This record gives sequence, structure tokens and C-alpha cells, in this order.
Amino acid sequence: MLTENLLRNKKVIRRIIRAIQSLGLKKKINIMEVCGTHTYTFFRFGLKKLLPDNINLISGPGCPVCITEDSFIDKALFLCKDKQNIIATFGDLIKVKGTVSSLEEAHAYGANISVIYSPSEVLELAKINPQKRIIFLAVGFETTAPLTASILKEAQKNELNNLFVLSAHRVIPPALNLLCEDSEIKVDGFLCPGHVSVIIGEVPYREIVKKYNIPCVICGFEPLDMVLSIYKICSQISEGKYKLENEYNRVVKPGGNISAMKLINEVFDIKDAAWRGFGVIKKSGLFINERYKNFDAEKLIDKPLAHGKIKNINCRCVDVVKGKISPSECPQFKKRCTVDNPLGPCMVSFEGTCRIYYEYGA
Amino acid sequence: MCLAYPMKIIEIKGTHASVEAEGIKRDVNIEFLKNAQKGDFVMVHAGFAIEKFDSSKVKDILDGFKEYKSAYRKSSKK
Repeated sequence: MLTENLLRNKKVIRRIIRAIQSLGLKKKINIMEVCGTHTYTFFRFGLKKLLPDNINLISGPGCPVCITEDSFIDKALFLCKDKQNIIATFGDLIKVKGTVSSLEEAHAYGANISVIYSPSEVLELAKINPQKRIIFLAVGFETTAPLTASILKEAQKNELNNLFVLSAHRVIPPALNLLCEDSEIKVDGFLCPGHVSVIIGEVPYREIVKKYNIPCVICGFEPLDMVLSIYKICSQISEGKYKLENEYNRVVKPGGNISAMKLINEVFDIKDAAWRGFGVIKKSGLFINERYKNFDAEKLIDKPLAHGKIKNINCRCVDVVKGKISPSECPQFKKRCTVDNPLGPCMVSFEGTCRIYYEYGA
Repeated sequence: MCLAYPMKIIEIKGTHASVEAEGIKRDVNIEFLKNAQKGDFVMVHAGFAIEKFDSSKVKDILDGFKEYKSAYRKSSKK
């Protein structure tokens, strides 16, 4: 696309970086890139090395696999013991360990696990396997939640009674609120996640700016998007006037995607939910509501699960997802914890901070 | 996981559409889009089009250039 040539233009990117330098900010500026794909772009295009030394990028909680709790994997492992069940999951999730094991290990022992690209495939699996129960492990933020909602609506319409969803969907704004209130993490500005924003629009960030007086810029995923968004945050800091800016307005509409939000609200209730590294965050989880309860895989777990004891492996993913430490500060990073043998979820996911740091030699 | 790519609609079939980018063709769900038309660029996430791509807005990024140019000129004069 024509736009891609522009959005990756080295000359223009270098000019914007010079403009950031020319703002003359001397103090350390901590900018959190909320989305894992932003972290990926920074390293893939070598942007981090081009930025002034006082611009410090902190990776945030925007990798769904990384913030999914061990107990969710334990539930999936329990469900896959039943030979009548087929577990449908995105590929990232299968290597993540619960308290004792991973879905990949369970698959090696014969569990029926199907890696999918799109939630739509779950509908097909349910149709062609009427004698089986298809259980979709629904992880992801507001970008992915409407997709799950769509298949549930379709399943209800077609009376598919062998399709179930185990929901670990989370919403981003409550986590940003919590980060703003955490005195240990000093964030001076947020690069807001572009594709979450496609769904939720600008309003939730305007509330964060108003409440915490902090710059927020909705940011796209091309190199130019990112340096320009950093420039916008630095400009706001330089002027001392904070606001929300939508740099990714070629895709993100101010009101978000209303029909996608409507579908989320039709299928899910929003409740307090646990995040790895954060604990329970108020009103941050999407749980299947009463109207769609027949599709809720939670009801297939008929007894409290006895979770295994977590081995003391010194994995510090809990601090990485919160931006408290960078991966290189974890004692296991590049030692016992590698891409081939990940100890924690941040080394598993393609959007995981540890994996990105590992692969790009940071 | 929140990855989405711009792809061009080449055919609409009810709530679904055939989309294409760099020779790769896919069938995607377009129920979240209003008035999707053949020729539109859409952002595709996990088999669903989640929004249209408005290339005319790229001009807004060029407005961003003006901002930086003015800041750059100011600092050069100091």
C-alpha cells in the first residue's frame, strides 16, 4: 500500500526523532507502550536505539496471554482430560504453563487440542463433531471479545449445544487506571493500544486523562505512527497540557465500533477479574451472562480444582507485565528461560515482552 | 494477539467478504462494518473485519509533520 511506504519512511522517521530531541526535555520520560505489538514494532524496526536516552519505554500489560492467570490453564487442563472434549485455542496459549503443566504437554499425552486462527473455526468444529464438546479458550482484550460474542450468538441461533467458551477476556482501561495509581510505577504517558481502541474508541482514555492528568495517544503500529505518538506525548509534557490525541485515526473512530461494543454487552457481564501480576482488578473481566449461560464452559467444571503448587522458578513475569522491571532484570532471562523452554508466559507469546527482548537481542 | 492487517474487499457475500492483501486471499466476517463495499480496505483481526481503513486520514499524519516542522524551526532559531 502507498501508505506503508510513507509510514516506514526512514528519512521522515529520523526527522521526527530530531524534533523530539529539539523539544529539549532533559528529565527521564517514562512512556508505557500498552500493547505488545507496539513493543514488537519498536524492536523490529530498531526505534528504541534511535530515541533520545531520556525517553524510557516501558512495556505494559497488553499481551493477553501474559496476563492470563495460571488457574485458567489449570481449568483448560482439567477439561481436556475428558475424551469427549476438544479444546480449541489460539496457538500462543498452548505453551503457557498452568501450575503444573501446559496444554502442549497434555497434547503429547493424547489430549484433543485444536489450534485455531479465527473463532469462526470453532463453529465449524462444533458442526462437524456433533458427538464432541468443543471448548474455546477465549483470551484477549476488547479487540477479540466481539469475535467470541459473535460466535456465541451464531451458536445460539443455530442451536449448537456442543459449543462452549471458557472466557478469560479482559478489558484494558481498568488496568491503566490501576497503573496510574501505583506509586512504584511512574508512567508519564501512555501509547494506547490501537486495535483495542478500534472497538472502545476515545472516551475511556479521555476519562483517564481527566482523572490522572496524564498524556494519552492512541497509536498505530507502523514505525512512523510510533515515533509521531512519542513526539505528541513529549510535546504535551513540554507544554504541560495533557490530553488525548488519536494518531491512529485512519482506523480508530472517536466512538469506536458501536456494533462490536453492542455485541460485547449483549453476551458478557463485566465483573472483577484476576490478572497475572496485578491480582484482581475491579470490573475488568468479561464473563458469559445469564442469557448465554448454556455455552459457559465454567459449568463443566463441577468441582473446585486442586491447583498444583507453583515451583519456585524465580520467573518474574508478574513484574514484567506491570512494567516494574525489564526482562533483562529477571534472573532467569536468557538463562533457564528461553524461547525453546519458556518458564513464563512473557517468553511464550509473540507479543510477550521477554520473547521480543530475547529475539531482538535487547 | 490484537494483530490486525489492512486487506482489500474483492467480493461481498452477505455477512462475509473475500479480502486480499499481497496475494493472500481470505474469507472474513464483516458483520461489524457498516456499508462495507467492494474495494474498501478493512482491518482484519482473526478472521473478522473490525473497521474500515480510511486512507484519506493519512493526511492527518502529514498535519503531524507540520507540528514537528514548526517545533523544529523554533528550536533551530534559538
